[in-house]
Amino acid sequence: MRISEEARGSVGGERVEDGRPGAGATFLEIENLQKKFAQTTAVEHVQLEVTRGEFVSFLGPSGCGKTTTLRIIAGFEAPSSGAIRLDGVDITHRPPHQRHVGMVFQSYALFPNMTVAQNVGFGLKVAKKPAALIKQRVEEMLNLIKLPALGNRYPHQLSGGQQQRVALARALAIQPQVLLLDEPLSALDAKIRVALRQEIRTIQRELGITTIYVTHDQEEALSLSDRIVIMSEGRVEQIGTPFEIYNFPRTSFVASFVGTLNILRGQVADPARGKIVIDGQEVIASRGLKDARVGEVCSVALRPEIVSLGEAAGDGNRMQGTVEDVNFLGSIVRVRVRFKDNAISLDLFNNPSLSLPQRGQAVTVSFPREAVLALETASSM
Amino acid sequence: MKRSRLGPWLLMLFGVLYFFVPLLGTFEFSLRYLRGVYSLEAYRIVLADPRFGATVTYSTALALATIVVGVVLVVPTAYWIQLRLPGLRPVVEFITLLPLVIPAIVLVFGYLRIYNSSSLLPLTGSERTTDLLLIFSYVTLALPYMYRAVDTGLRAIDVRSLTEAAQSLGAGWPMILFRVIFPNVRVAVLSGAFLTFAIVIGEFTMASLLDRPAFGPYLQLMGANRAYEPSALAIISFGITWACMGLIQVFGRGAHGQVAGAH
Repeated sequence: MRISEEARGSVGGERVEDGRPGAGATFLEIENLQKKFAQTTAVEHVQLEVTRGEFVSFLGPSGCGKTTTLRIIAGFEAPSSGAIRLDGVDITHRPPHQRHVGMVFQSYALFPNMTVAQNVGFGLKVAKKPAALIKQRVEEMLNLIKLPALGNRYPHQLSGGQQQRVALARALAIQPQVLLLDEPLSALDAKIRVALRQEIRTIQRELGITTIYVTHDQEEALSLSDRIVIMSEGRVEQIGTPFEIYNFPRTSFVASFVGTLNILRGQVADPARGKIVIDGQEVIASRGLKDARVGEVCSVALRPEIVSLGEAAGDGNRMQGTVEDVNFLGSIVRVRVRFKDNAISLDLFNNPSLSLPQRGQAVTVSFPREAVLALETASSM
Repeated sequence: MKRSRLGPWLLMLFGVLYFFVPLLGTFEFSLRYLRGVYSLEAYRIVLADPRFGATVTYSTALALATIVVGVVLVVPTAYWIQLRLPGLRPVVEFITLLPLVIPAIVLVFGYLRIYNSSSLLPLTGSERTTDLLLIFSYVTLALPYMYRAVDTGLRAIDVRSLTEAAQSLGAGWPMILFRVIFPNVRVAVLSGAFLTFAIVIGEFTMASLLDRPAFGPYLQLMGANRAYEPSALAIISFGITWACMGLIQVFGRGAHGQVAGAH
């Protein structure tokens, strides 16, 4: 179900080019890609244009088709229909070893019988490069991943994070046209994951390499990407910058999948003014209700961090409710406020002088009109 | 506490006696060639017999050829099954187990019917082609052991990811097989190879019915005509088999140690 066109807003409606390196000429083009396995359709009409040096993430739940799409780009799966063009050349039916695409796997896939240096130099050796060049390039790569002294180690002698960095160096050593990463950080613990994802982004920027990154971790996708492709059930739900995806989700799936979301149900009271009645209280949505009819049941979404406790200045929305629960989460405190049938979660930044609301306390919550995302109305359902 | 430990010890003692008493008896008997004294005379006679050297050499050559053919047949097959045709695994496993349930004598009579000198493919027509037939029949005989060993080795590594990683780095199929897959299943292949060697070196039925001068028929011939020498030969055969088993252990450890040694 789509969020109404108007709700995308001016920023959401246009592609923000600023954050995209080399914006303009398409480098990797995925055209109407489709993949069927027996009775199931794993990938359905995927269309994407990636510019040179861009970092694009495929984000979605398990089984949404993101890995299959990546494997089709790598050449490990043949598409049922559609085409892939790299730098203007159709590579749809080229075998994987002739695509010049670097791949990093979730399971690292380092060759256990080879040392780190041999692993990194494998692709160059296959390409029959001179030994001196291989040695020099391996050294460069090991310096790039900050493991210059570990060339003689075997993969099993390295930590998971080190192994994945070696896998990255191995993929980059052949100077591929596109770098593909298939959930590369999923097998690592949280702290290393954060450190390594920054490292991947730094290296990617340094080399200016076009990168496709598959993940189910929204934080990873939001923090790393120039653009994110949100996928669900084999289809692309939305393509946009992290800012667009988070703030202007085009479908209810994107809205609920990315970030935490409060969904409130109410009745349209005045479509022209964007007025909705939720549990007997009036709320104004600045966008997205023009096509609705009076009396229609509708849903609106609100991010927890946009809602504040107490009366806010200006002409924003205000609602009265009762504190249902208070959860201390460290840097933030999540407060749940119930109105009647609907409830809302809001986040307060923690500080030592913060006086926490008590359960059962009557409170007022405020949020700006433009923060209310109108989701589908009953008539559009 | 002490009583509960007695049971396992008794069982172990029973096992040791069960296996070693006949062996020790055979060994002791093999030393009695000269009346009244223990001597290695039976071993000297056996080792001096030119037929011993000839048959052991013949069987060793056939065993090595069997290993080569077996590895070339089994490793790519098991690899492909694991990588692309996992659905066929039960079928292939069933086929590889057939030599365990079909007696060698049935197999060899089948061969004689199909490949006799008046057939379309008269493999038994000459000694060289009979040797070839014998090698193929040994490959069949060793198939359950070779396939299982290699399959276990392949299951221990992430075949799909390693293959795809090599492909994305530009490697074609021969490079993937010889530089990536083979080295990582080397220990498994060696286990299969030594098991094959142990089977082939003492095999009697096929060699005898195809009338080839292998070590197995020689053992039988000696057993039928001599007293002490067969015991010496039995001990030597055990020695060869145990050496093979020992080598599996050594190479198994060697591969681990080689990697660990790089610390």
